[in-house]
Amino acid sequence: MSSIDGAILDFKRLDLLAFGDTALHRLDARAKVIVTALFVMLVVSHDRYQLAALFPFVIFPVALIAAGNLPFTYIARKILLLCPFVIVVGIFNPLIDRAILLHLGPFAISGGWLSFFSILTRSILTVGSAFTLLALTGFPAVCRALEQLGMPRPFAIQLLFLYRYIFVLTEEGGRAARARQLRSCGKKGMGIRSFGTLIGNLLLRTWQRAERVHIAMLSRGFDGRFHSGRETKFGRNELVFICGWSIFLLLLRFVDLSQLIGSIFLGRLP
Amino acid sequence: MHMADALLSPAVGGAMLAAAAGSIAYCSAKVRKEVDDRKVPLMGVLGAFLFAAQMINFTIPATGSSGHLGGGLLLTILLGPYAAFLTIASVLVVQALFFADGGLLALGCNIINLGIFPAFIAYPFIYRPIAGLNPSTARTVAASLAAGVAGLQLGAFAVVLETTLSGISALPFTAFVSMMQPIHLGIGIVEGIVTALIVGFVHKARPDIFTNNDHSSASIMKSIIPGFLALALITGGFVSWFASQQPDGLEWSINKVTGKEELAGSKDGIHGALSGIQEKLAFLPDYNFKKPEVKNRGEQEPQANDGKKGGNRLGTSLSGIVGALITLGLAVLVGLILRKRQEKAAMKPHAHEHAHPHGHGHEHPHRHGDQIHSHEHFHEHSHPHPHVHDHSAPHPEDPNPRHSHEVRVAEHSHDHPDHEHESHEHKH
Repeated sequence: MSSIDGAILDFKRLDLLAFGDTALHRLDARAKVIVTALFVMLVVSHDRYQLAALFPFVIFPVALIAAGNLPFTYIARKILLLCPFVIVVGIFNPLIDRAILLHLGPFAISGGWLSFFSILTRSILTVGSAFTLLALTGFPAVCRALEQLGMPRPFAIQLLFLYRYIFVLTEEGGRAARARQLRSCGKKGMGIRSFGTLIGNLLLRTWQRAERVHIAMLSRGFDGRFHSGRETKFGRNELVFICGWSIFLLLLRFVDLSQLIGSIFLGRLP
Repeated sequence: MHMADALLSPAVGGAMLAAAAGSIAYCSAKVRKEVDDRKVPLMGVLGAFLFAAQMINFTIPATGSSGHLGGGLLLTILLGPYAAFLTIASVLVVQALFFADGGLLALGCNIINLGIFPAFIAYPFIYRPIAGLNPSTARTVAASLAAGVAGLQLGAFAVVLETTLSGISALPFTAFVSMMQPIHLGIGIVEGIVTALIVGFVHKARPDIFTNNDHSSASIMKSIIPGFLALALITGGFVSWFASQQPDGLEWSINKVTGKEELAGSKDGIHGALSGIQEKLAFLPDYNFKKPEVKNRGEQEPQANDGKKGGNRLGTSLSGIVGALITLGLAVLVGLILRKRQEKAAMKPHAHEHAHPHGHGHEHPHRHGDQIHSHEHFHEHSHPHPHVHDHSAPHPEDPNPRHSHEVRVAEHSHDHPDHEHESHEHKH
């Protein structure tokens, strides 16, 4: 089951990126969550045929990846494993929407192709910003930020518990799956029946684990709170980060920078 | 069938996100009221279980392809609707962040599609009535099959609705529906069979697990569904009035299907029928579509009036493309400059572990053993790259002065039994 092991390692690598110690990592998570949310909203608020105006938004993930010292190729590779659903749905646009909307010299470009590439660009931007948020902040900090921004406490605890045990249980599941694969020659034995028993066993062990955790919690006086090593406050840096990026991104949303630079470059000033 | 940011408009995405947030708040309050604090760790660990189970594939008989568990129905059978909904939502949050399955805005859609339908519709209205309180094997199979199929059909239909209402994809409603529903019929049948197998297995081993999840469907009907609908409608209206810059996708796609002669052509009859159904289904007739010209008034105007229809809504022309390439180049340049500065800062003594930005993080889990890794990590005490530290003095900015000691301890404790790790979280 190399794929499961690979997925777990990949998961951990992304998780470990949050231990970086750049100025962006030290920023309070709320600032990063708010700006990322604004970014996603502004990107998806573009018209479906808008392509060039989306390009300037690349600056946000690129700047964060660079300043946050994140491995660029790794994140780019993860982004390029785009959600297959997007491509499957998006590829119908060129087939259905064939009205010519744009002439570039001898090339006529249909609305469908424009909107298809617009969907791809949106996907890269939104997925990229989600990865950078996680890699700069870390999952527990994102949870705490969401809780401070109003997410209900039980759900925050649920997220932290889930995060705590994902590493344990994916490995347990990976071991079980590998054992099943080693015992089944090729496809035989990989069917639904053995899967049901395998998952049933995993479920029973999980349930027993939860009971042990509960006893451990009780004996140590769990007060519904998770403690973390890195405490951050919402200060001047956070304010500057939020205001700076918000103004810049809003400006990009309402001034088509591509169009502007292009016309300056081609000497056709408006 | 994860929904994706790239296919969503802000109005649809925002409305679904608000609906999901409202449902989470409601279920959180419900779960908090249940005094049973055994459920707190149970939900967390079962969420992790679901996550792990989704990674394991099985071959689907007679097709040769492989599938995996969805698990929404299974969790609801085990935990009851409220706790199960929170658990499913939490798994989706992790997937949205770590795998970018869909994205952050689409999270609301995914939570509704994959959480609400199995937990609050398929389980109380289909599974419970068929299975009853003490189900036989046949009843479990029938109930799981019916509920699995229903949950996935509703979820798939919701994906179609969300996509069509957003209007980013040009797929017409009926074509999309006729593509999605049959696929998800198959997936639903498999999901139902697998769920029945697991439930049957667990029922034999631990019948006590299934005892106290009694939530009558009536109370759910009364409590959550009207609130959920109202919330979705109110926020949908509000968001589209407030934030919508490109609200005309649906109108456009209808025009595309009905108005364009070159498209209609030979398939006139089909398209006519499609658009008829589509207009009937467009249930927000006085949704206030702005004219596209309005938005680019201002500095874009002189560019846009080069005679081409739609030129201004595109903002895409030769200068746009040249400009896009230049901005892309600028973005890369800014990135390179920032990275250089970052590396220069990293050369300073107090942060020298960052001198090699790539690779270390990757080696870390192998080195210390994975159990240890997840434990350290949870507390955020240990240093990210301990093996680069060749001095034992604590990091000047590290909040935990003991971290170098922690690292040494971690290296020697490869084979702690499982439960010892579990208990760590309460120590600090």
